[in-house]
Amino acid sequence: MTVLVVAEHDNAELKDPTLNTISAASEIGGDIHVLVAGTGCRAVADAAAAVAGVSKVLVADDPAYEHHLAETMAPLLVSLASDYDAILAPADTFGKDFMPRAAALADMAQISEIQEVVSADTFVRPIYAGNALATVQCSDATKFITVRMTAFAGAEAFGGSAAVEDIAAAEDPGISTFIGSEVSRNERPELTSARVVVSGGRGMQSGDNFYLIENVADKLGAAVGASRAAVDAGFVPNDYQVGQTGKIVAPELYVAVGISGAIQHLAGMKDSKVIVAINKDEEAPIFQVADFGLVADLFDALPELAKELEKIGN
Amino acid sequence: MKVLVAVKRVIDYNVKVRVKADQSGVELANVKMSMNPFDEIGIEEAIRLREAGKAEEIIAVSLGPQQCQETIRTALAMGADRGIHVKTDDELQPLAVAKLMKAVIDEEQPGLVILGKQAIDDDSNQTGQMVAGLLGWPQATFASELDIGDENARITREVDGGLETIDVKVPCVMTTDLRLNEPRYASLPNIMKAKKKPIDEKTPEDLGVDITPRLKTVTVTEPPGRDAGIKVESVAELVDKLHNEVGVI
Repeated sequence: MTVLVVAEHDNAELKDPTLNTISAASEIGGDIHVLVAGTGCRAVADAAAAVAGVSKVLVADDPAYEHHLAETMAPLLVSLASDYDAILAPADTFGKDFMPRAAALADMAQISEIQEVVSADTFVRPIYAGNALATVQCSDATKFITVRMTAFAGAEAFGGSAAVEDIAAAEDPGISTFIGSEVSRNERPELTSARVVVSGGRGMQSGDNFYLIENVADKLGAAVGASRAAVDAGFVPNDYQVGQTGKIVAPELYVAVGISGAIQHLAGMKDSKVIVAINKDEEAPIFQVADFGLVADLFDALPELAKELEKIGN
Repeated sequence: MKVLVAVKRVIDYNVKVRVKADQSGVELANVKMSMNPFDEIGIEEAIRLREAGKAEEIIAVSLGPQQCQETIRTALAMGADRGIHVKTDDELQPLAVAKLMKAVIDEEQPGLVILGKQAIDDDSNQTGQMVAGLLGWPQATFASELDIGDENARITREVDGGLETIDVKVPCVMTTDLRLNEPRYASLPNIMKAKKKPIDEKTPEDLGVDITPRLKTVTVTEPPGRDAGIKVESVAELVDKLHNEVGVI
């Protein structure tokens, strides 16, 4: 058995979700190969070759893959599919875009966002925003799988010494063009890989008040998130959104501030190790999942929290 | 340009789903059903294109049992012109849905196909990408902004790091993200009018599509519960617990 993992990268660096996906691949078993499709991406290939457990790295170096457009990625995966029992990619906007297209072109099903490997053909995945778990069995020759990153600890980035092999690019249908991107830049860690996340909800009342969250996040080295209600209200951009329709996070510590705890939000953070809720409504459903709940006005609690954190040296 | 929008009938997003005791699925009997919220956004976008003079006709397509016609009626009441119902009581998985959609699209020849980025029941996030792949059309997933012309469309996508802009050739497939627009409510006169709008009925056999499921659902279970913890009285107590008791800060 051989499993192919599609590496997420920006042509310079291998991105963390790749390591979680490799870890899921190792639970399926067999040899693990990694596909690095990009342009001028040798450093990424070298990084992938160093990941523990990887036995081969395939490099498709071609300008067509620079931005991982689904129209170019899918034919490449299809050209490789018959060599593999499973092809895995992270279930983020990188993998979700091209994987189903590739699966359909290969006339295979896709198993979305697995959170557990039961056996080589059976997997557990969340449905209904994580309110139910489906165990599904797939009999297709090549299993196309996307992986919920937070459910698998990242593989060790070092210790491996895989062979690196160049492969030919597939045909570019030339029907889509990358124009540009606006990446939200901040000094904080990525939401999905942060050890601590502090999120604000509708209770923040405005985007201007998010500095209160940021002050606390700075003390904790935390990422800043938000509920869908806060995003819908225009307080913060959509890439802050934690929940079923946003990002799935599972940090060591999740602090929910002014978030009522709608099902859709809980779906994105309920696997966090420790959950803290600060809300002035003591009936808020968020308290039903919180390890530590504080019924308080967030406009008093957040500045106080920042001060207390300073006291303990944060 | 013709715009074709897929609309799925799902358990209403406000309903707390219950897993069946025999672990065969979730309880659907006597549960409120609605249009998948991302599909409402799709219908709204199509209507806005027509209002801007860029679309002539809007077709709402739904696949599944008889009751899907209620979902199509909702789309017609919002402003779609006509409906297509591919009727089956069999289980439909994303690949089968994509093949059925392709067959309908081959007949209708729209310039733009809009689907929700995911349905809130199975959360697959596959069908739009699969439809585009089978058609050999470009795809713009997780769209938050659309500017479409006769030859090309410029689409802004919501990606993990922020926003990405791509140009795709028309015809194309687009999947909607939350911030594309805010769907309108159907007015009473439009709900009445919608009753007279035509819905074409077809079957998977008519379209020559094999819908055999590829994935077998072994069990559907409740996720492990999370117990409520304790309430703390003050910020100082909270920090003390986090620092000294659980050691996460």
